[in-house]
This record gives sequence, C-alpha cells and structure tokens, in this order.
Amino acid sequence: MFSTVLPYLLSGVSVGGQYALIAIGYTMVYGILRLINFAHGDVFMVAGILMVYISASGVPLYISIPLVLALTAAIGFAIERVAYKPLRSAPRMSIMISAIGVSYTLQNLVLYITGGLNQFYPSIPFISDTVTIGGASTRMVTIVTPILTLVLVVALVMLINHTKIGMAMRAVSKDFETSRLMGIKINSVISVTFVIGSFLAGVGSILYFTNYSTVIQTSGSMPGLKAFVAAVFGGIGSVPGAVVGAFIIGICENLLKGLDTILIKAGIITKTFGFTTFSDAFTFALLIIILIVKPTGLFGEKQIDKV
Amino acid sequence: MKKILAVVLALALVVSFSAAAMAENIVKIGVFEPASGDSGAGGKQETLGIQYANSVQPTVDIGGQTYTVQLVTADNGSSADKAPSAAQQLVSEGVSVVLGSYGSGVSMAGSPYFADAGIPAIGISCTNPGVTADNTHYFRICFLDPFQGTVLANYAYKTLGVTKAYCLAELGNEYDVGLCHYFVEAFEALGGTVVSSDTFPTGNSDFTSYINTATALGAEVLFAPCSIAYSTQIISQANALNVTFPLLGGDTWDSNKVIEAAKGTNVKIYIDTFYQEGGNPEFDTGFKAWLNANPDMLTNNGGNDMVAAVSAMGYDAYFVALEALKAAGTTDSKAVNTALWNVDYQGVSGEIKFAVPGDAVRSVAYIKTANTTTGAWDFVTVQSVD
Amino acid sequence: MNSAILKPRKRIDRSTMITIGIIIAIYMLAFGLEQVIPASSMIFTVLKKGATYALVAVSMNLLNGFTGLFSLGQAGFMLIGAYTYAIFTVPVANRLSVYRYYDGGVIQFTLPLLLAIVLAGVVAAFFAFLIGLPVLRLKSDYLAIATLGFAEIIRAIFQWDKLGVVTNGSNLLREFPNFNSFNVKDANGNVTLYLSTLIPFLIAGVCILLIVMIINSSYGRAFKAIRDDEVAAEAMGINLARHKMIAFCASSFFAGIGGAMLAMYQNSVQAKSFTTAMTYEILLIVVIGGIGSVTGSCLSSFLFVACSEWWLRFLDQQQTINGWQVPLLRSGFRLVVFSLIIMAVVLFFRQGIMGSRELSDLFKNRWNKPSRKGGVKP
Repeated sequence: MFSTVLPYLLSGVSVGGQYALIAIGYTMVYGILRLINFAHGDVFMVAGILMVYISASGVPLYISIPLVLALTAAIGFAIERVAYKPLRSAPRMSIMISAIGVSYTLQNLVLYITGGLNQFYPSIPFISDTVTIGGASTRMVTIVTPILTLVLVVALVMLINHTKIGMAMRAVSKDFETSRLMGIKINSVISVTFVIGSFLAGVGSILYFTNYSTVIQTSGSMPGLKAFVAAVFGGIGSVPGAVVGAFIIGICENLLKGLDTILIKAGIITKTFGFTTFSDAFTFALLIIILIVKPTGLFGEKQIDKV
Repeated sequence: MKKILAVVLALALVVSFSAAAMAENIVKIGVFEPASGDSGAGGKQETLGIQYANSVQPTVDIGGQTYTVQLVTADNGSSADKAPSAAQQLVSEGVSVVLGSYGSGVSMAGSPYFADAGIPAIGISCTNPGVTADNTHYFRICFLDPFQGTVLANYAYKTLGVTKAYCLAELGNEYDVGLCHYFVEAFEALGGTVVSSDTFPTGNSDFTSYINTATALGAEVLFAPCSIAYSTQIISQANALNVTFPLLGGDTWDSNKVIEAAKGTNVKIYIDTFYQEGGNPEFDTGFKAWLNANPDMLTNNGGNDMVAAVSAMGYDAYFVALEALKAAGTTDSKAVNTALWNVDYQGVSGEIKFAVPGDAVRSVAYIKTANTTTGAWDFVTVQSVD
Repeated sequence: MNSAILKPRKRIDRSTMITIGIIIAIYMLAFGLEQVIPASSMIFTVLKKGATYALVAVSMNLLNGFTGLFSLGQAGFMLIGAYTYAIFTVPVANRLSVYRYYDGGVIQFTLPLLLAIVLAGVVAAFFAFLIGLPVLRLKSDYLAIATLGFAEIIRAIFQWDKLGVVTNGSNLLREFPNFNSFNVKDANGNVTLYLSTLIPFLIAGVCILLIVMIINSSYGRAFKAIRDDEVAAEAMGINLARHKMIAFCASSFFAGIGGAMLAMYQNSVQAKSFTTAMTYEILLIVVIGGIGSVTGSCLSSFLFVACSEWWLRFLDQQQTINGWQVPLLRSGFRLVVFSLIIMAVVLFFRQGIMGSRELSDLFKNRWNKPSRKGGVKP
C-alpha cells in the first residue's frame, strides 16, 4: 500500500515546493497592494525562457543561474514600475486588469521570440540526477525542492520579522495610508516586495523546469493559477500559509492522479474512474470549498470591512 | 463612425486583392498548418515539405497556360478555436486548394469553412477518421487511426510480446483520444489487457504520476500518442524514473525534437510513421541541401537536417494538388475538387490514390525505434495489419 | 452612472431618435453588405464574431460594470451554452459519426434551433444559480478567483470520458446548424438571400436590448446602488443576495446564448478552447470599451475582433517596401503589437473608448452632457 502511494507523494512534495515558491510572490504582493498579480505566473515562465536562451549562448551554469535570478527580479521590478505604479490611485479593478494585460503581453512576447515552440530547458547537474528512495525512482530535485523552499521561507520570515524593511512591509500591509503618513517610502517597499517575489519565482522556475524539461509561453499560467489558489488556501497575505497551502495542493493533486491506481491496488474498485481528468479541476474545487467554509484561508487574518 | 471606416477599409482591401490577383497567372494554394501551440513544431516541418516542393516546382500548366504557384499560409495555432479564422483567411484570399493540417482537431474545425466555399482540402498527416467522414471536399494522403492503432497493437502484442498496455492521451485532443481508442480496441481483440487508459489536462507538465501509475499497474508498454510538446517530457521523466517498459508512440513522435529528448537516455521507444528517411534518396538529399542553404528553414526543422516523415508527406501533398490542378484544367476550386478523386500519383511516400470517403489507400506503416546513443531513428520493420 | 440611464423618460427625445436611427442604419448596412460583397470576405468573419463577442462583453459588463461583481467565469458559462446548443442540434443522422466513440450518444432527437439557443441560456443560468448560492457571498477578488476556478471545473467535467455519451468527451461536437444555415437557398443550393450576418446581429441585438432594459429597470438601479455602495444599498432596503443572484444569473443567461452563437460561428465546439484566456479577452474588451457602457462594449468588441483577426494580420507576414525588408515582422508579431496597444489603453486611457457614456449621450446638447467623470468605484 505504502509503496503504491509513495511515488505520488514524492511528486506531490516536489511540485508543492515549486508552487510554494511562486505562491509567496502572490501572497506578499496581495498583502501589500491587495492585488492579484496575474502576471506572476508569467514572470515565472519568463525566468525559464531566460535560462534557455542564456545557457544556449554558452554561458556556464555558475554565471547563468545568478544572472537569471537577477534578471527575473529586475523584470518584477520593471513590471511594477511600468504597469502598477501609475495606477496606484485607480480603482482596484483597473490595476488587476493591468496585471492581466501584462500577463497577456509577456505571453505574446515569448510566443514571438520562441515562435510558439517548446524550448528544452538545460539540464543542471546534480539536481537532474536520478535517485531511489524506498524503491521509488525520482530526480534529485524532488528532494532538493522542499529543503530549499523551507530554507528560503525561513530566511524570508526572518527578513519580514527582524529587519527594518520587513517591519515597513508589515506596516504597509496593515495600513497603507497610515504607514505613508509615518514616513515609510511606500514605493520602495512595494518594489522590494516585487523583487523578492520575482526572485523566488525565479528559483521556483529553475527547480520546476529542471523537473519538467520544456518551457513554452503558456507554461506559467497553470502553475501560476495553482500557486495563487495555494496562497488563498493558506490565507492570502500569510507567507507560511502560502507554503502550507502549496504543499497541500501539490500533494492532493498528485494523489488524485494516482487515485485510480491506489484504489485498484487496495482492491476497492476494479475499473478505473478517470479521476485524473479532474486533477486540475480538483484544485479549484478545493479552493471554492475553503472559501466558503473559511473565507480567509487556513492562516488568514480576519479582515474588517470599512465603509 | 469607426464601423463606417471599417467598411470602407474592407472594401478597399477586397478591391486591392482582386486587382493583384489579375496581374499575372497565379494559382494560390493554401497552407493550413499550425506554426504555434503544441503542434507548432510538427506543423512547421510539414510546411517545410510543402515549401521545398514549391521551390522544386514553382509553376504548373493549367489548361495550356503556365501559372505561378503562390503559397498562402495561415497559422491555425494548434487549437480548434483559432482554426476557423485561419481557415476563413485562406478562403478570403481565394485559394484553389488547401493543404493541411497537422493535427486532426484543427482540420475538422476548419473543414466547414472550406466546404462552404467549395474549396477542396488535402489532409497531410491528420489521421482521425472524422476528418474525411461525411464530406466530399476533404481528402487525405496518410493512413487512418483505426489502421494505425491496429498496426501498433499488432506490433506491441506480436513483436514486442507484451500483453499489458497503459494508454495516455491529452484530454480534449481528438487525435490522442481517437488513436488510443482504436489501439485499445485492437489490443484487446488480440488478447491483451489495457491496464488503464488515462488522460492528462492540456498544459500538464508533470507526467511522473502517470508513469508511476503505469509501473504500479504492471504495464509492459506505455502507449502515449500525444503531441511533441508532451512526448518529449514523457521521455525525459520516464528516464528519470528508470522505467523498464518501452514507450510506444504514434506518427507525431517522428520528430527530431523527440529524438533529441531521447538521446542519452535509457528509454526504449518505438513509433510508427509514414516515411522512413532513405526511402527516396533523391528527395532526402535535395531536401537536406535546401534546408542547409537556408538558416531560417533549418531552424524551423528543429535545428538539424533530419528528414521528418511529415515533410515528405507535405512534399507529396503539394504534388497531388498540382496533379489535380492539371487534371481540372482550371483554377476553379470546385473543378479541382472533382479532379482530385481521379488523381493517381507516385510520391516519395508511395502511391497516392483516393477512395471514398477521400482517404488514400495505404496498407503499411513503418516502425522505427530511437537509437539513444547516436540520436537517430533506426528503421525496424514494415508493419501491416495482418 | 449618467442621467440618461438613471431617469426613466416618458418622451422620446432627439438623441434617442438619432441613436435608433444609427442602429437601424447599422443593421441595414450589415444586411446590404452581405448581398454585395462575396461571402468569403474576412469582413463577415469579423462581423459575426464581433456580434458574438459584443453580446458576451455586454453580459459581462452587466455584472462587472453595472453590479460591481468581479466575476471571471464567463468562459465557463459560454462553454455550457455552446455545448447545450450543440448537443441538442446535431442532426440525428449525423450523430453516429459525431459521437464516433460513443455509438451515437444517448440523445437521439433534436430541438428547434431557437429553442436550443434559449435553452443554452437557461442551462447556463441554472448553473449560475447553483454556483451563485455559495460564491456570491464572497468579496471582490475572492469572487473573481472562485468563478475562475468554477470555469475550470466545468471544463474538466465536460471533457470527462464517462459523460462522453452526452458531451462527446474530448472530441469535437460538429455538424450542427451554423449561421450559414440561415441563408435562403434555391432548389440548386445556390444562395439567393444572405442572412448569415444579419442573424447573429439580430440575436445579439435582441439580447443586448433586453440587457439595456434590465439596466434601466428598477433592478438595474438596484444593481448600480450595490456597485456604488453595498452597505448604503442594503440600508436603503435592497436585498443584496437576491439582486446579486439576479444579476449573476442574467449575465450567465446571456453569456450562455453568446456561447451558442460562438458555437455557430466556429462550426465546432471543443471544451478545450474555453480557457481563462477567453475570459481575459472578454474582460479586456469590456475595459477597452469602458466599464459601465453598453455602447462601449459593443464598439470595442468589433474593434478587438477586427484588429486581432484581420487588420493586424499583415504584421505576421514578412513585408518588403521598395526592396527594404521591414524588420521584426514575422509570425506572432501581431500579438505583440496588439498586447502593447491593450497595455497603452489600460494605462493611459483608463476610461476606455466610451467611459460610462452611451451612444445617445453623444448627441445630447452640450449643456445636457453629464459633467461628472464616469468610472467604477472599487
């Protein structure tokens, strides 16, 4: 029984860690700007494309990886300055639509550059290697991902709780106007948020695409949506919540893909039901359920509506 | 105001197009292929075959006059919702005959537009029976899924000697689901068992769970006739999971992208296809020389000069279209449609002759295997249904 | 947002007369063009798809612009409408071939065309009612993401192999009547009267007229009150849950009809194509037209479709002017330019084409013009 479930669990933990790294970007931006940054999944995809092109030009990995992360952070910064900053006083719907516009633009730019074809992600030694755990083969990245995710999250939580910029971030997310009155440079706090979020998405993209090997312009939308669902699930605005949510969603999704097999092996059913059809839909069903039962998510703070 | 402006612009466009067409003897052939999306890579290779054929034979004699062939391309984006406007674009440009498409779903989505305009279409590698069923304007030069599914099931059961298969198809993809259906039918008729037939959602990139399922259910072969975008990922993930069973693919797998992904892995891959490189050396060398002379084309072919079966098929389709134009003696699309029924053409991929409902008579498929050391396709056998 | 809508008027004034005149002229033009220009012209593709998108955009505007409910489930409701229409209109004789893997499917009858179109709306509205019960309690962003998720779930359900006997699973539904079936033909099958463009215009027109009537009714005023201030609206005695539900169902009803029209335009239906990208496209149309303007949504949907399907197509092909090869032009460039235009509109013309004005406002005397700036409050 356990040996049947284990491979799915491993896949789930691995994909969950990658969703977590994307979800942090969503949850931080939402915490501060109350904006669903629909373009975040595409930033993640662009990081993958950058890696493809940079390594194709013959740059060694120890340069290309930091370069990709730096460029991704810069893209996040630029997007905020160009597309969100001018709309700061506009209605919230406008800025969300701007995010959709950015997502559309990034996808089309990549479509144009790549010609709409799958690009092979360069294989990174060590994390691409195959290992065997408890009889199940998997890639090293499966083990590296959760560890790296946890290290980065702990570092991030430390940053938020124990540094000046972290304090400013917390203040801004509590009350935008008041923190502005208190002399916090709102714009730089927001920029830092975007830089951190995009950087983590960049790390996530390296892990994700090492595992799944090809990048195309739409690669970012589904992981992006699921990461967002994870952020909502965990309680949007909460970093630990996003991470827990991401792992839950990653694991559930993969277990569902294997549910037919697990049930057959356990002798509960004899014919397949085609549950795999719902592996994406299930994520959203989970979201709707959690929103109805506990609208603020697992770790979300209760918000008071102001008139 | 803007609407009026739109109408004026429309009229201007229509007038200018018709004026251009009258200037010299030009016959337009529509190329209805995906240049983007999941099937983009395959569509581009198929288009290359057509373009090469056009460079070999740029003119055609119709009714005693020499016409220059002009290829009009429209990108159907590998999706059934983009196909209608691409088809309409070809229709509005006044093409006499349409070639394509790679992918059965888009062909079926575009089909009614060609039917309404009375334009015949020649499918190149769309293998789903639905493409030519119930109509008289869609033809195809390749074999069909019931045939292909049976060939693969026969090969798996009789030659590979496996009795348990696992099928994997993309959800919402007419081609994948259809081919799996026929494979299952044939495989079970032979006495094999299909342990499970799963579908994955579009855009999925995590295949490890499906491969794990195949292992857990004791499959001896994994049949996944999906687009290149997914097959490459299945190969690399199957390799990471150290699978012992072979992977079995359909005609879409015959691509240098797939072999690129397979190179250096320990996965056994068997596919069936329409044409084997070396089948017509004259075509192979000509095509390679043409590709190498043209950096853009080489990129479209996936970066090297390997001959894809769909390129050979595209080449043949172009000449079939020319034959029909010659026989019709006019560029009128309805006459070309009628003439197509009587075309008998010896192409690089074999003899092409259409039977009701418009399918070429094909009785064999080529089985190839991926040589993971050299990174090339090795010919295995010619497989027929019996 | 403006006086023309807020005040019920007894007397038909000059601006309304001009508006009605323009609308009649557009219909006559659509009818006339079709008889003159060859049916293969791209203009008809644009007009048919434009009419379809106009209806869907207006239905989305009813919810997002007039009621202030940010829903992203439009593609899901269109999918339901498209499938309902297709399932009930595929001729019985063709079912065996369409439902190839399901032995012809379980439904062995067809409904009259108009009934099927209305049913498409009704089924979509019914699903909207079911989903609305739980999700309408959610606030803005949460509602958006919940409806978006719902659309994804619907897509998976319709593709499920086990429901294939009804929905044809992953396979295309096709061979149902399309817009061309409305053309009047003589005994030889030659078209004597083209109606294939006028019909979508009529369907969309009637539906949009109904939406405008809803907006101008007491329900519409309640919707706008909810949009402007939920708490105040509730204090005034407006039943929030009930009115939100009405707006949601009405919007979905028309989105379903829009879906049926899309099915007729495309000639085939596949659940795969009703993605969130489609919802985003419609949302962008609404924004470009002006949130809260029916006229704007209609105008921008025609512009949007014309740009994406037709006018910008030349950007995808290599062009040479006087021997000079224009750089950058190749497949996909059209979409880059297009998305940059959209970004420019979103950033610099936030009011869109029409703001919250309507066609009739354009012909009002200057002093009657609403001086307040339009726009939707968060």
